[in-house]
Amino acid sequence: MAYTQNDFKKGQPRWCPGCGDHFFLASLHKAMAEIGVDPWNTAVISGIGCSSRLPHYMATYGMNTIHGRAAAIATGAKVANPNLTVWQVSGDGDGLAIGGNHFIHANRRNINLNMILLNNRIYGLTKGQYSPTSPRGFVSKSSPYGTVEDPFRPAELCFGARGHFFARAVATDAPGTIEVLKAAYEHKGASVCEILQNCVIFNNGTHDAVYDKAGRAKNAIYLKHGEKMLFGENNEYGIVQDGFGVKAVKLGEDGYTEADVLIHDAKCEDNTLQLKLAEMEWPVALGVIRDVEAPTYDDCVTAQIEEVKAQKKYHNFAELLETNDIWEVK
Amino acid sequence: MEIKEKESVVVRFSGDSGDGMQLAGNIFSTVSATVGNSISTFPDYPADIRAPQGSLTGVSGFQVHIGAGQVFTPGDQCDVLVAMNAAALKTQYKFAKPDAAIIIDTDSFGPKDLEKAQFKTEDYLGEMGIDPDRVIACPLTTMVKDCLADTDMDVKSMLKCRNMFALGLVCWLFDRDLDIAFNFLKEKFAKKPGVAEANIKVIQAGYDYGHNTHSSVANVYRIETKNKVPGRYMDITGNKATAYGFIAAAEKAGLKLYLGSYPITPATDVLHELSKHKSLGVTTVQCEDEISGCASALGASFAGALAVTSTSGPGICLKSEAMNLAVIMELPLVVLDVQRGGPATGLPTKSEQTDLLQALFGRNGESPMPVIAAASPTDCFDAAYAACKMALEHMTPVILMTDAFVANGSGAFKLPNLAEYPAINPPYVPEELKGTWTPYMRAENGTRYWAVPGRQGFEHILGGLEKDDKTGAISTNPENHDLMTRKRQAKIDAIPVPDLEVLGDKDDAELLIVGFGGTFGHLHAAMDEMRAAGKKVAQAHFKFINPLPKNTAEVLKKYPKVVVAEQNMGQLAGWLRMKVDGFVPAQFNQVKGQPFVVAELVENFTQLLNK
Repeated sequence: MAYTQNDFKKGQPRWCPGCGDHFFLASLHKAMAEIGVDPWNTAVISGIGCSSRLPHYMATYGMNTIHGRAAAIATGAKVANPNLTVWQVSGDGDGLAIGGNHFIHANRRNINLNMILLNNRIYGLTKGQYSPTSPRGFVSKSSPYGTVEDPFRPAELCFGARGHFFARAVATDAPGTIEVLKAAYEHKGASVCEILQNCVIFNNGTHDAVYDKAGRAKNAIYLKHGEKMLFGENNEYGIVQDGFGVKAVKLGEDGYTEADVLIHDAKCEDNTLQLKLAEMEWPVALGVIRDVEAPTYDDCVTAQIEEVKAQKKYHNFAELLETNDIWEVK
Repeated sequence: MEIKEKESVVVRFSGDSGDGMQLAGNIFSTVSATVGNSISTFPDYPADIRAPQGSLTGVSGFQVHIGAGQVFTPGDQCDVLVAMNAAALKTQYKFAKPDAAIIIDTDSFGPKDLEKAQFKTEDYLGEMGIDPDRVIACPLTTMVKDCLADTDMDVKSMLKCRNMFALGLVCWLFDRDLDIAFNFLKEKFAKKPGVAEANIKVIQAGYDYGHNTHSSVANVYRIETKNKVPGRYMDITGNKATAYGFIAAAEKAGLKLYLGSYPITPATDVLHELSKHKSLGVTTVQCEDEISGCASALGASFAGALAVTSTSGPGICLKSEAMNLAVIMELPLVVLDVQRGGPATGLPTKSEQTDLLQALFGRNGESPMPVIAAASPTDCFDAAYAACKMALEHMTPVILMTDAFVANGSGAFKLPNLAEYPAINPPYVPEELKGTWTPYMRAENGTRYWAVPGRQGFEHILGGLEKDDKTGAISTNPENHDLMTRKRQAKIDAIPVPDLEVLGDKDDAELLIVGFGGTFGHLHAAMDEMRAAGKKVAQAHFKFINPLPKNTAEVLKKYPKVVVAEQNMGQLAGWLRMKVDGFVPAQFNQVKGQPFVVAELVENFTQLLNK
């Protein structure tokens, strides 16, 4: 059935004007319309936080649950009902601080969830404390002298948990966001999409380098599987191998030519170079960084049940009872 | 030798945790149950993974009470004590009656063994004041080795069969048919016929040893069977019965059974049991933590499954957040709490009833939740079934409480006929409400309708924030919150539960004994003993704790004296005092991690009567 974004819209969002959540929500509505899964076969599950209000603005099934547990709740929903398309939406606090354990285990198990991580590097709903993605030294209400801890890098956490899909988009970039959301849906297994977004009130400008089109033209690279990793306003830069890592170079300088530029391989099982790409500070890698096929937990659970059903001779409660040592009292 | 006809006999197998006492005990109870005796078992094992061999802390026990008529408890003290080593004799002798027969392996009473067991001299019997005439002292290890000498087994494997020699000896003592034990072993070791054969050989040797040297003991016991309820039976532990109850309820409701769980003593066997039954479509997820066990179950519930999470007290602490979410979302969920000694890690393998107030109140906000407590191992089946039915039909999380004693203990279970169990009808949202339905619209009994994803036209959102009664949208309206709080409470209060039953001298008792959950058998046995001594005593036992049965106040106020006996500091007594105006019971509280001792109950209750 053909859908439009209106088929997925509900209610009036209550986020602050200019919040990245508005942009992301619009892209999600559009992506879902293009994907075409019925709203009644879709569940959007969030935790707690500004961005976790999102399911209230979806005309699908939804749950706005408790802090940090969205991935765990989504896991049960998907495993119990594999026919559902499940989107899990969390902010950086919900997903990586209180919910960090569920985030890594959902990735490790490779449950077929579309896991959205809305990263504004701040706690907005509680009014401005540092988050696990805030940079070291970050000054906030709970760190007036700067934080003394290093942040998580979401891709690193995902890869460390043996994640098979990681993509990144900027909330204000609708085509880029829709593209990664569709790719996340197409990927069977846990698909993490990190959405870079601004918090106008408590962390304004955190993603400024890539937040508008002009910035992205200079400071971001759109990765496409099988294509040369070129970027810049006129594609004058490229990503080349640098020892065990990668670096950005200007073509024509230091003897680098287009022939030296690496071709992006999102399907490569070994995540080493994908991690290097994800962690580049300049340019910021956008698009699908890793997209590798692997057996999904929910499929395997279903398959194992079918396999055991075929093996075992008992298939209902009465037959189960008969598998025990039974005696008769007359 | 004299063959003694007895009403009931208690046997306690004890040895090092590696000595296979639980298996020997299990086989003996199965053999006894198979000939129609009533049984009640109590495994008493140490918390250590494997304490040093021969040490006092490493002793594992398995007590079984077999009776001609019905037995309600595993027995206070044993008539036969098997002590496989010096440490077992030292620690377990206190569980033996003064005239108990004691079987020991003299090979495990060498100088080193005695030292590890902290005996001061070589006269260990004298040291403990045990009459040697009551002791069957046999060089058990030597005989097991001799018996298996013609096999190609190594010594280590041979020694693993020691428990079977003891079992053979006990089978002789009770005149048991060995074929039943043989069949049990053949089945258990179906894939290792060599092991089965060796074990069978050793059982026979133990039996023959008893037979040939019988003059050394006073009695052989015979327990005849009477008052039998005809039917087909199996031996079942409380944890297994609980798992079976979940399976049965899912089948009756026509739903997939989902268990989200994290291993924790003494609840893990429920996870083990359910994991086996994939051929029934049971889905089990061993989660990353207790939180996820409950949270994923709630997700499964939203998605349309019969969702269960299993744990013990420390796990309830972690699950309480998601349980609370289930309360406000009004989704069905069964939370199993197999209670153990607390607080914190407490006594992981021991039994208590100390989680009752946690179950009733351990959540933020006004968070009413039904609480059901199973009375015995076999009652776990009915209690689990009732919990699932209540959760599904009233759209609420339900706490099902058992305890380590009930969970690990076993009893003869009359095979249930599912056709005779009540139907389970969840309040699925009627199709005709499409277009007008909102998530918190309620059926006549105050229950929210269930709209399972996949149904077109019923897309909705649930969540942890308070919702508007009419629209289902987020609401902070003070009047609405007050209304929703009352509606959630009224829904639970209106759940029908069976009346409280009074047993014993219900018309003219001078003392009413009140308890809940796993202490039923001990309290019942205490009542029986007191009535046999001419006292007027009745018993009322709570299985449904929230909501309380309608006749609770009437029953509690009917008798001149009431004692609430529980394995905590008075949690049920406190709950009843809160719910029944002017009710001030006497209390008997014990928090030892061990089952009640019937003799102590009788003594205490009798004093109370005489006061």
